[in-house]
Amino acid sequence: MLHIVNKSPYERPALDSVLATMSGGAILLIEDGVYAAVKGGAQEAKIKAAMERFKVYALAADLEARGMADRVIEGVTVVDYGGFVDLVVEHKPCQSWL
Amino acid sequence: MKFAILVNEGPYTHEASDTAYQFAKAVLAKGHEIFRIFFYHDGVNNATRLTTPPQDDRNIVSRWSKLAEEHKIDLVVCVAAAQRRGIVDEGEMKRNGKDATNLAPGFRISGLGQLIEAGIQCDRLVVFGD
Repeated sequence: MLHIVNKSPYERPALDSVLATMSGGAILLIEDGVYAAVKGGAQEAKIKAAMERFKVYALAADLEARGMADRVIEGVTVVDYGGFVDLVVEHKPCQSWL
Repeated sequence: MKFAILVNEGPYTHEASDTAYQFAKAVLAKGHEIFRIFFYHDGVNNATRLTTPPQDDRNIVSRWSKLAEEHKIDLVVCVAAAQRRGIVDEGEMKRNGKDATNLAPGFRISGLGQLIEAGIQCDRLVVFGD
């Protein structure tokens, strides 16, 4: 299962809900959700703990749009829109946490 | 693989209409098929031909129309959500006694059954919204 998170973890608890309930699959951070993948942020420990259990991806274009592309937490895989499509193909189903 | 896309957020709001469009382009570039894009809730505002964004800004509505024309994609607007927000085609104009239409080219107004069908027919349904 692919969990797609588009909310900043500093604004909404979507990512926390995902981490509290998911039992497998992967997380894809898009739109404001990519703030969770920023190195040195208050979410870093949470993301690092999550990466011990799940793969974590972040959308390149949304990192770049926010000036965060050069400070992504090590271990988070950055993907382009083509990679986004591949992740949706690889995982069934995909859940957007709106 | 066969894809359906659901857009629940209006254009120029946050980012959903843009992300959905870029995703749709990437789906096609990868050689997959898009069976239908369904616009629901405020997402129906993606279908008004009367938007006039600044010339140096992207035109989200005409971008959808162009995508539909080039790739023969079915763009469906939820009728109940459209009525609430004033998205009108010829049939709705007559039925509701309105004096104008504003549905952009490539879109059609229909019911939620179209979303359910897309969910059944497609391998993946990807949701974008607020």
